[in-house]
Amino acid sequence: MKIIKIDKKNWASGLEDLAGSYRLFGPAKEEEFHNFKALDQGVLPDLTCLNTRLSPKSLIYPQSEVMFEYSLDESQEDHHIMKEVDKDYSPRAVIGIRPCDVKAFLLVRKNFDSPEYRDPYWIRAYEATTFVGLACEAPCNTCFCTTAGCGPYHEEGLDLLLMDAGDNFLVKVITDKGEKLLADAGWDTEVNTDEAAKQIEAKKQAAEAKISSFVTADRLKEMDTVELYSAPFWEEVAFACINCGTCTYVCPTCWCFDIQDENRGRSGMRMRNWDSCMYPLFTLHGSGHNPRDTKIQRVRQRFMHKLKYYVEKYDNGIQCVGCGRCVRLCPVNIDIRRVCYMMNSYGTSDNTCAA
Amino acid sequence: MLSYIDKIRETSARLLKDCSVEMVIGFRKGTVPMMNEPHFAKTAEAVDKLVWDSNCGINLANYLTNRQEKIGIIAKGCDSRNIVTHIIENKIKREQLIIIGVPCSGMIDKRKINAMLDGEINDVVEDENNITVKGNDFEKILNKRDVLQQNCAVCIHRNPVIYDELVADLVEEQEGVDRYADVRSIEAMSSEEKWKYFDDLLSNCIRCYACRNACPLCYCPTCFVDESRPQWVGKSQDPTDVRTFHFLRAYHCAGRCTDCGACERACPVGINMRVFTKKLEKDCLELFGWEAGMSADVRPPLDTYKPGDPDDFIK
Repeated sequence: MKIIKIDKKNWASGLEDLAGSYRLFGPAKEEEFHNFKALDQGVLPDLTCLNTRLSPKSLIYPQSEVMFEYSLDESQEDHHIMKEVDKDYSPRAVIGIRPCDVKAFLLVRKNFDSPEYRDPYWIRAYEATTFVGLACEAPCNTCFCTTAGCGPYHEEGLDLLLMDAGDNFLVKVITDKGEKLLADAGWDTEVNTDEAAKQIEAKKQAAEAKISSFVTADRLKEMDTVELYSAPFWEEVAFACINCGTCTYVCPTCWCFDIQDENRGRSGMRMRNWDSCMYPLFTLHGSGHNPRDTKIQRVRQRFMHKLKYYVEKYDNGIQCVGCGRCVRLCPVNIDIRRVCYMMNSYGTSDNTCAA
Repeated sequence: MLSYIDKIRETSARLLKDCSVEMVIGFRKGTVPMMNEPHFAKTAEAVDKLVWDSNCGINLANYLTNRQEKIGIIAKGCDSRNIVTHIIENKIKREQLIIIGVPCSGMIDKRKINAMLDGEINDVVEDENNITVKGNDFEKILNKRDVLQQNCAVCIHRNPVIYDELVADLVEEQEGVDRYADVRSIEAMSSEEKWKYFDDLLSNCIRCYACRNACPLCYCPTCFVDESRPQWVGKSQDPTDVRTFHFLRAYHCAGRCTDCGACERACPVGINMRVFTKKLEKDCLELFGWEAGMSADVRPPLDTYKPGDPDDFIK
């Protein structure tokens, strides 16, 4: 394990050096909240951000992404032929991403990079990216990462993990990609590894102790799918839901999209856009039949997918990293922690929830 | 507020016990500060979860659409006006409802309060006039009047306009309120300025449709943005499509919107799309002397024709 130290005085100049070889992204405050943005020259990532309003998934998987272009002009030789559009897959670095959001990419990867299917856009963007994580010293009261396969100092998926240590950042080097970024930035002050590791461990434990919210998911995998699907509590869970797409769009692990052709004049493009299982149109068949025609079916689908189908299919825990965005932003306060509790405790006598 | 809760529970339990209603729709305490969750009680024992405070901004009329059973519903001023609109538009029958009216003193603006404080808020408690906000290393007392949702600050119909039960004495309505200062400032802009203002306003929209779905007026079986045969509106983040959605939705609410604020409150990215519906609300007031949802006995101006209807705006 290699740990280095970055004097905060060298932070801006290092980032400036990086801008020559990477496109940089980081949290930036808009009026009311932070989001990940491309950092213009000289603009520093705002590391005071607890976490961004929207997840950084759009950096790899934009909400609207053009895949092909075509001409409808029959006088052109290549009319009606789909042509790939040029995209920028040059190296990029995401600075200040939280461990939960990076872990989320690994969950999403299950979908976009599998033995059966490799999504060229997602994979190329993902592979072009170096993730420089920022450990959470002050997790939000809606963060439940430690019980969702993650944590404030979690390293999975990261290339570098930055920790705030007063006048310095301590940096844990996790991958070769991370090592290369450090070299490009000229950050190379090695520290006594044993000592730093102890310091990091203490900070990690302190941060984990601040997590105040939890889920229990231990029974989900073994539970009978049909029984869970038929449980009576879905009526209550779904009642308040207005079937908007907020939870799915702010979620770092929701990956569904819809493909559309959009024509303008005699040319057009084939693009994919995020879609949401909360929308009736999501499952509407060409015949007019809709297998998920009611709100309760759609709400159940979202939670069953995250907390049961995914768990069973991949044996990789729940499809959630505990970032808490859906909890904070649901307009009607449907809380996945509570739903997880109801699902996990279904069939036991313990059915009151503390969340 | 505590006396409201007792009365809400007592009334709901009575209505459920004597089978006057099959369910009562109200709120239960939220799992995060400044949020409550719409909730139903179907038995007298279940009413203990029902609460009331300044975090009940969601419009419960939205939960009545096309329901068939007999329902008791907790209704503040704006909810009651949307219940009236639902009755006029045949989305629920008056006979199905027992309306438990709540005289309202306004709902607090979570977004505004969050913006006033640096740290994360862990707990919020309220008394009649004050909101006490607690975080890890701060505690601040705010005057409720200063942190009301914008629509509540300019509300002139805080009391329910229709009710069968009342949980407290009616409150005094606000007088001398300038309801349309924001609309006037936009009206005063040049076309270019307006266009820029709208573009900026909508630039963060992620098309989650929370505004539409939180709105009790938006009950179309298939919204125009969801029509697929033919498809009217593109699905991408193209600004034309985003604008089309917001502008057209606002027009669908003309003469029906009560400015309950549910749309703005629901938005995960803080867009005040109320400026669109408010402009139309103002026009309806100025042209037809109309305020939506005040009486189930009067047809709205946009679904009746009168020879004397103003037509100066037709050019």
